[in-house]
Amino acid sequence: MISRLILTYPEGARRTGIAFVLCLITLGLYALGISSAWIGYLVPATSGWLADNPALGRFFAAGMIALILAANWMALRQLTRRQQIVGVWIELFALLMLFFYSFNLSLPFIAKKIGFMVSQGVVTTLYISAISIAIATLIALTGAIAKLSKNGVIYGLATFYTSLFRGLPLLMQIYIIYLGLPQVGYVIGAIPAGILALSLCYGAYMTEIFRAGIESIPRGQSEGATALGLSSSQTMGLVILPQAMRVIIPPTGNQFIAMLKDSSLVSVVGVWEIMYLARTQGQTEFRHIEMLITASMIYWILSIGLEFLQSRIEERFGRFNVR
Amino acid sequence: MNPVPAMQNSEILLRGVHKWFGQFHALNDINLSIAPREKVVICGPSGSGKSTLIRCVNRLEAHQEGHIFVGGVELDHDERKADLTRRGVGMVFQQFNLFPHLTILENCILAPMWVKKLPRKDAVDIAMTFLERVKIPEQAHKYPGQLSGGQQQRVAIARALCMNPKVMLFDEPTSALDPEMVKEVLDTMVELAGGGMTMVCVTHEMGFARQVADRVIFMDRGQIVEEGTPDDFFARPKTDRAALFLSQLLH
Ligand SMILES: Nc1ncnc2c1ncn2[C@@H]1O[C@H](COP(=O)(O)OP(=O)(O)OP(=O)(O)O)[C@@H](O)[C@H]1O
Ligand SMILES: [Mg+2]
Repeated sequence: MISRLILTYPEGARRTGIAFVLCLITLGLYALGISSAWIGYLVPATSGWLADNPALGRFFAAGMIALILAANWMALRQLTRRQQIVGVWIELFALLMLFFYSFNLSLPFIAKKIGFMVSQGVVTTLYISAISIAIATLIALTGAIAKLSKNGVIYGLATFYTSLFRGLPLLMQIYIIYLGLPQVGYVIGAIPAGILALSLCYGAYMTEIFRAGIESIPRGQSEGATALGLSSSQTMGLVILPQAMRVIIPPTGNQFIAMLKDSSLVSVVGVWEIMYLARTQGQTEFRHIEMLITASMIYWILSIGLEFLQSRIEERFGRFNVR
Repeated sequence: MNPVPAMQNSEILLRGVHKWFGQFHALNDINLSIAPREKVVICGPSGSGKSTLIRCVNRLEAHQEGHIFVGGVELDHDERKADLTRRGVGMVFQQFNLFPHLTILENCILAPMWVKKLPRKDAVDIAMTFLERVKIPEQAHKYPGQLSGGQQQRVAIARALCMNPKVMLFDEPTSALDPEMVKEVLDTMVELAGGGMTMVCVTHEMGFARQVADRVIFMDRGQIVEEGTPDDFFARPKTDRAALFLSQLLH
């Protein structure tokens, strides 16, 4: 019945559908408890009426927002795909800034602190992350090869390691290494403890990624290399790994980004990285939110940098796949 | 223990070779001697152990009983000996097994540079010589994925030849090819046979066997059932199993 109607009056059905969606959004916004204050703020003349009819005002505000969203959607549809992407990014970024703006942040305070945040916090975070990433990659490579080993002892070691370090919360690992190692007579600094925990934890995750990548290469490849006389390590390094990289890089990039942010956990043992500074720098003047938002934005920018790096590397290793 | 056999006049020698995959007896008492420069074609029904046999010759598979000698060197658990042997034994696979992340030229110079430690320039010279031999020098800078199956298989042959092997093993080199590409690969192999290479070739191409083989070996259920010159074997198979196989091959 309805499908018949849609088929007979496609244009009418489309318009009805749009109107229906608009109503839904309006109702949804209303139900979420949208405020009408912004209308009074934009058009002061209406504020009296809004105060008298709060429910109607909120309903009106919801309807206005639904209409703005619809108009925005229509406008974006006129653009090319590339412009649409940029447009959406700009709009959402503006909304995010508006959201932060609503906290009434003290910009001078941020300006005063940001230099130290970068020179101390960012440098420490990057330094911890970069070293951990390098070590984790080495661990992952070793772990993956061990997991593919026929030797039971080596396989046992590798599986116990990945199981343990994937199974414990990273925060716990940091505490255990920092507080536990001195118990057995090995005193470890906060930064080395953090690097060790991050490397071991992410090495365990990445072991699985590397193993899957290596296993994804058909057996014919290693047989072809072996038949040419290449040793097993040459086969791995020259034939298998370069091909496995295509499979390994995307999830590894994710891990790097996750690790960058998880390095914030190292703040619990008093390392002066971004998170630690965000929590401590705002304390004296009770400006916590300023520092937290600044730190968040810094993490985001660093992640974008890693994303960019990842796409460049993916391009490089994907080269041979183009026909 | 078996006495060390006399090795004059065999490039490849198998003595009482057995191989099992779990319970499955894949090679059952294989005895075979192949002289230098000899061309041997191996045929037989699917699953009869042909691939397993030639893969044992360069130790891609390990045999469990008996002795295998290649160029007078016994293949055993010593992996370094196996690696050394493999330098003198080229292998061409049904699925080509080219390295897709390397260009044709890089495929060909990889082993000469890393295994024989040749300078890049010498390796490139050798590679180009052989790519010309298989008639595709102009594809040298493409990737394998950009070539047709027949071209890829010819590259695989050139890649093996770049190591200057004394023995070439072929495992059904034309089975994965479209019919119109079979000839170009067989022509390459015929030309190679003319050059005095020792060749062991698993194939069902009877025309090729007639043209180049000194000997045809028929395998069934892990055993060598029959061997003879191509003319004898194809015209007058001695065993029923071979006769049955040949009649199925013709249809
Ligand atoms: N890695 C392996 N593990 C277990 N069984 C195997 C393995 N490789 C081969 N086989 C078995 O050994 C037997 C012989 O295999 P092989 O590949 O040598 O046969 P083939 O004569 O080459 O057959 P085809 O003409 O199909 O290539 C087959 O039954 C096969 O299932
Ligand atoms: Mg086979």
